[in-house]
Amino acid sequence: MLWYVIRRLLLVIPTLLGVAIAVFFLIRVMPGDVVVVKLRADGAAVSEETIQAERKRLGLDKPLYQQFIDYMGGLPRLDLGKSLWTGEPVIKEIALRMPVSLQIAIMAGVIAVLIAIPLGTISALYRDTWIDHTVRVIAVSGLAIPSFWLGMLIILALLTLFNWLPKIGYVPIWQDPLTNLAVTIWPAASVGYRYAAVATRMMRSSLLEVMREDYIRTARAKGVWTRLIMRRHALRNAMLPVVTVIGLEFAFLIGGLVVTEQVFNINGIGKLFVDATARGDFNLIQGLVLLIATIFVLVNLVVDLLYGWLDPRIRLR
Amino acid sequence: MAIVAATPSVQAETLPKRANAFVQFVKVQPLGVVAFFIILLYVVFALGARWIAPFDPEAIDFAAMLSRPNAEHWFGTDQYGRDVFSRIVYGARTALAVGILSAVSGCTLGALVGAASGYFGGRIDNFIQRIVDIMLSFPIIVLAMVVVAVLGKGNIGGVDTNLIAAIALPIVPKMARVARASTLSIVAMPFIDAARAAGFSHKRIILRHILPNIIAPYLIMVTAFMAQAILLEASLSFLGLGVTEPTPAWGLMLSGTSADFYQTAPWMIVFPGLAITLAVFAFNLFGDSLRDWLDPKLKG
Repeated sequence: MLWYVIRRLLLVIPTLLGVAIAVFFLIRVMPGDVVVVKLRADGAAVSEETIQAERKRLGLDKPLYQQFIDYMGGLPRLDLGKSLWTGEPVIKEIALRMPVSLQIAIMAGVIAVLIAIPLGTISALYRDTWIDHTVRVIAVSGLAIPSFWLGMLIILALLTLFNWLPKIGYVPIWQDPLTNLAVTIWPAASVGYRYAAVATRMMRSSLLEVMREDYIRTARAKGVWTRLIMRRHALRNAMLPVVTVIGLEFAFLIGGLVVTEQVFNINGIGKLFVDATARGDFNLIQGLVLLIATIFVLVNLVVDLLYGWLDPRIRLR
Repeated sequence: MAIVAATPSVQAETLPKRANAFVQFVKVQPLGVVAFFIILLYVVFALGARWIAPFDPEAIDFAAMLSRPNAEHWFGTDQYGRDVFSRIVYGARTALAVGILSAVSGCTLGALVGAASGYFGGRIDNFIQRIVDIMLSFPIIVLAMVVVAVLGKGNIGGVDTNLIAAIALPIVPKMARVARASTLSIVAMPFIDAARAAGFSHKRIILRHILPNIIAPYLIMVTAFMAQAILLEASLSFLGLGVTEPTPAWGLMLSGTSADFYQTAPWMIVFPGLAITLAVFAFNLFGDSLRDWLDPKLKG
């Protein structure tokens, strides 16, 4: 297992390097000119000299390779440059808003897993009954409802039923857990729904597949209790694809969060990203994209490790 | 490294005969037919908006501001007195236009890249696949927002081409994966060897011999990505990064000040969201049915 962990960890390095290079070129090689877009946003008349001066200030007048060296050199020191808008270091802006988004993402993930595994299992066990049909309809709707609209519906419901709205300010969970949860639970539920829906569908189909295997039939034939078969043989094997989907869908979760934070007025990574995009603050955009891709790569690393833990055969490959 | 689970192989005999194809589809995929009719409704809305919408979607009428749904304004009016139903009908035009243009352009580019990757193999394939891997590690909306930030707004013939590009870009790597997998199974067939032996150029082999054979997965992906594109357009417009006022767009109807009217005018929030959800639902469902019907091997 240790070798497996080390090998997986080493594989992450080239991927992250690739991501860093991709982010750099994604922003610079596209035909648009960030400075022009920023300065002439609303058709403002800006002289060519101003544009050149701005380029110089941002270091965009240097040759591409020089910019690339500066950028890559800064990465190990977590130096992502300064925000073009506030002048603060990008890493500081991100660190300020990271906790709330991370908390919501993790809560959404936990909600999704807690819902998906039992619901998917029940759906598979009671296949083609009304229980199964209900679960499937709920799951399919989860794929179609935009998470930001679900968030708006939640706010609407809270207002109509209780005439109450969660407070806007964020309090760290260790200071005041109740106030913290009252703010974060709603966005977590809105983005968690889609996540739960995808995982539920996967859980159902994967369990149905496992239940057809010979070893399940053998276990049944020798008279093992259904409950024991489920726990020892079926669930553990059925979990593999579910774990994969949970990892892959994490990207969607972050994507959903970008939009949903806006609905609940949460000052997290998502809101920062939207503001940065609207202002053309491309240093900040670069840092955020790098951060999000890194999280995605790391989550998938954890998934790979979990995979190895769940299925010993994989470690040896 | 990561290989896509679906390995579609498309042979002539798997495509149902055309004569009774429709009857067969209705029998085997009843849900797909329901989805088809929902899509048809939206298409009728989009094409016939001028005759279907009872009001001008951009007409401001302060006398009718924030009216509840009634016989005149079926879905009520917004804070400027604009008719919500008319805006949803015209919004179908925006959603479908952006959806079709971006899904088709993203899938076409993706199919070309994927076919080239699968056809040439070796180092070219390896290089393209690494880029695809990296692009797939960005959430789609993040990729789209980067494009919006760098390109700003473009306008060719009343269409924001940069918005289309932003929505199409995340589709390219996904389509490339599927197209590559299909291409690999086609490249192994004798008629490709024959074409090579006849001395045809790479370009001709890819365009004339490979691409026509991956049309089934292409059609399936276009339909499936329509759902994604509509959702993405709605999200971007909601954030103020997509379609801009006064153009009627579903996501835009939910954005900005509409949140101030949660209690006074909930219809401003409920109906546009329903329009998005139903459209995404229909395209997803239709895509699934089309896949099961055209190419059961893609199921997964």
